[in-house]
Amino acid sequence: MLSALLVMSAIAAVLGAVLGFAAIKFHTEGNPLVDKIDDVLPQTQCGQCSYPGCKPYATAIAAGEADINRCPPGGEEGIRKLAELLGVEFKPFGEDAVPKAKSLAVIDESTCIGCTLCIQACPVDAIAGAAKQMHTVIASECTGCELCVAPCPVDCISMQVIGEKIANWKWKYPVYAMTATT
Amino acid sequence: MPVGNDNMRKLYHFHGGIHPPSNKTQSTRATIARAPLPAKLVIPLHQHAGETAKPVARVGERVLKGQLIGMPDGIVSSAVHASTSGTITAIDMQLIAHPSGLPNLCATLIPDGEEEWVPRKAIDYRDHSPAGLQHLLRMAGVVGLGGAAFPSDLKLSLDRHKITTLVLNGAECEPYITCDDMLMRERAAEIVQGAEMLRFMLDAEEVLIGIEDNKPEAIASMRAAVAAGGHRRMEVIAVPTVYPGGGAKQLIRVLTGIEVAAGVRSTDKGVQCFNVATAYTVHRAFAHGEPLLSRIVTITGNVLHPRNYEVLIGTPIAELVALGGALPDTDSYIMGGPMMGFPLPSVQVPLVKATNCIIASSKKIFPPPPPVMPCIRCTRCADVCPADLQPQDLFWFAQSREFGRAQAFNLFDCIECGACSYVCPSHIPLVQYYRFAKSEIHAREHDKQLADKARVRHDYREQRIEREKQEKADKLAAREKAAQAARLAGAQPLTAQQQAEQAELETSRAHIRELAQSAVEHADEGTTK
Repeated sequence: MLSALLVMSAIAAVLGAVLGFAAIKFHTEGNPLVDKIDDVLPQTQCGQCSYPGCKPYATAIAAGEADINRCPPGGEEGIRKLAELLGVEFKPFGEDAVPKAKSLAVIDESTCIGCTLCIQACPVDAIAGAAKQMHTVIASECTGCELCVAPCPVDCISMQVIGEKIANWKWKYPVYAMTATT
Repeated sequence: MPVGNDNMRKLYHFHGGIHPPSNKTQSTRATIARAPLPAKLVIPLHQHAGETAKPVARVGERVLKGQLIGMPDGIVSSAVHASTSGTITAIDMQLIAHPSGLPNLCATLIPDGEEEWVPRKAIDYRDHSPAGLQHLLRMAGVVGLGGAAFPSDLKLSLDRHKITTLVLNGAECEPYITCDDMLMRERAAEIVQGAEMLRFMLDAEEVLIGIEDNKPEAIASMRAAVAAGGHRRMEVIAVPTVYPGGGAKQLIRVLTGIEVAAGVRSTDKGVQCFNVATAYTVHRAFAHGEPLLSRIVTITGNVLHPRNYEVLIGTPIAELVALGGALPDTDSYIMGGPMMGFPLPSVQVPLVKATNCIIASSKKIFPPPPPVMPCIRCTRCADVCPADLQPQDLFWFAQSREFGRAQAFNLFDCIECGACSYVCPSHIPLVQYYRFAKSEIHAREHDKQLADKARVRHDYREQRIEREKQEKADKLAAREKAAQAARLAGAQPLTAQQQAEQAELETSRAHIRELAQSAVEHADEGTTK
C-alpha cells in the first residue's frame, strides 16, 4: 500500500517536473493563431475592416469577434485562405466591403504645401518629405491603403489604379468551348 | 537525313519526347542573306530576362551604329545598342513581341543609311580576367539567343561551382526553325572560337557541342572547324532527333548522363550550357568589339521564299515577312516555333534578340485545333513529358486552382515544351494551364513579399511611435523631478531679503498677466466690432 503510494507520487512528481520544465522551455509568446492569420492578411494596414490595422483584425478574428470577410484588399482569395486556416465556411463580401483594383497614392507635387499630415497618416512610412518641403510617395512601399487621402488639407493626393503592364501581366485561365463525346 | 551514330561517346536518353514533322528543309535551301536596312527601327529596352535597360540616349540625338542606348539597370539586366547609325526620334511605349500584346519602352531610330560605327575595340580575351570579360559581355548586350534571352554574363559567374563541362547547344529541336543550323553551316569557325572564349571564362575542361542528327551539314561543318582550329577536348556530337532534345536539361542528360534534378542547377553538377548563336555573338563581341546588333532569323511557313536572314535588332517583323513573301491566305504570324512560340499581336512589332523564327501561319499549315474534350487520364502526356512530370495531375491542379499541390508536383520543372498538348487525345491546351498556374503562383509570391515588407515597415513605425512617446514622457518626468527638487531645495534657506524679492517678483508677474489679459479682451472687442 505504502510502496504503491510512493511509486505513484514519485511518477506524478517526475511528470509534473517534466511538464513544468516544458512549459517554460517551449513557451510561445503571444497567440500563434493571431500570427498565422496576420500572415494571410495583405498588410495594407488600411483599417477598412474597422480595426486599426491588420494585426488588431487578426487578433479579433482569433478571438471570434470579427468575421473573415472584412478585408477588401485581401480579395476573395484572402477570405478563402482564412476560411481554410480557421476551418470555417467561405463567406462572400458584404455590400459595405467591396474589393477595389489595386492602386497607388500619387501626390500632386505642385499643389503639396508640405504639411506632413499624410506622412503621419501613412502606416508604412511610404511618404518622404519634411515640414514645408514637398512630399512624395515612395511607390515601391505604398500599399494603396488610402489613409493619406483624407488628411490632406489641399486634396493633392489621388489614388491611381495600377494597370496591367508587361511586368505584372499574367497568363489567363484557358477558356474554350468543350464538347462531350457522343 | 539522320547520320549514323559515329560518335566516340556513349549517349544517354531523357524521358519521353515526341517526333513532330520537322519542316526544316524549306528554309535551308538558300544561304543566310542580309536583310536590307529598314526605314525605321524600333528597339525595345527590355529584350532580356530581368530589368528593363535605362535609356541613355536623348530624343533627337544622332547615334552611331553600336552606340549604347540602354544601360543595364540592376544585376539581371543587359545593355541595348543602336543597331545602325541614325537619329533617335522617340523613346516611348510601343507594342512589342510579347504574348500579352501590351506595349513597353522602346527607342525609335530612323537610320541615316551611313552605317557609321562607334569606335570598335577588338581584344584578346586571354589578356583579360573572366570578371572583366563578363562585364564586357554585359555592356555588349550579349544574351542567350536560344530563346530565353537570359544575360550571358550571369551564366559565367565562377564564384559558386567548378565547371568541368561546357555544353554548346546546337540541337535546334523545334520544327521549322533553322537559324542555328544555317549559322553552324556557314560560320562554324567563329562559333568554335566563341566556344573557346566561353571555356576560358568558365575554366571548363571539355566542350561538348550537341547537334541533332537531322543536320548532317552542320555537324560536318562544325567538325571541320574544330579540326581546322586544332581545338583540344572539344567534340561535336550528333544526338538523336527527338523533340525537345534542345532543352538545356535534356541535352545535358543526353550528352553527359547527368540528370539535373528539381531545384538543382546544371552548374551544381559542373555543367554549363550555351546556345551556338550565343557563342558566335561572344566571338563577335571580343574579337571584333561588336555588341549584339543583329541575329539570324528564319522566315518560314506560309511564305513563297522561306529563308534565313541576318536582321538588325529592332527591324519591324513586317519587313521580314515582305522578304519572305507571305502568301495571301496567311492569317497570323508566330514568333518562335510551332511548339513553344506565340502569335504576334501585330506584324509591326520589332524583332528582338530572342526572335529566332517567324512562321507565317495559315489554316492550311496549322488547322484550328479540334474541339477540346474532357481529360480521360490516359497519361499519354506523362509518357512523353521530357521533365518526367505527371502532366495530367498538374492539369487537374491548375484547373481547380490548387496551386500549392501543383507546386508540390514540381510544376516549375515544366519547360512548357508542349509535348503533352501535342499527344493529348482530348486536345486539351495543357501548357496554357501550366503557364496560368505558374504566373498565378509568381504573382502570389510577389504579393506575399510585398505584404511581408509592409508588415516590417508597419512594425518599425509602431515601435518608433512607441519609443518617441516613451522618450517624451521620460523627458517630462525628468523635468518635473528637477523642478520639484529645486522647489524642495529652495524652500528652507530663504532669507528675509530673498522673501521680499520673491514677493516683488510675484506682484510684477501678476501685473504683467493682468495687462496681457486686458489686451486680449481689447483685441476681442476690436474684432467683434
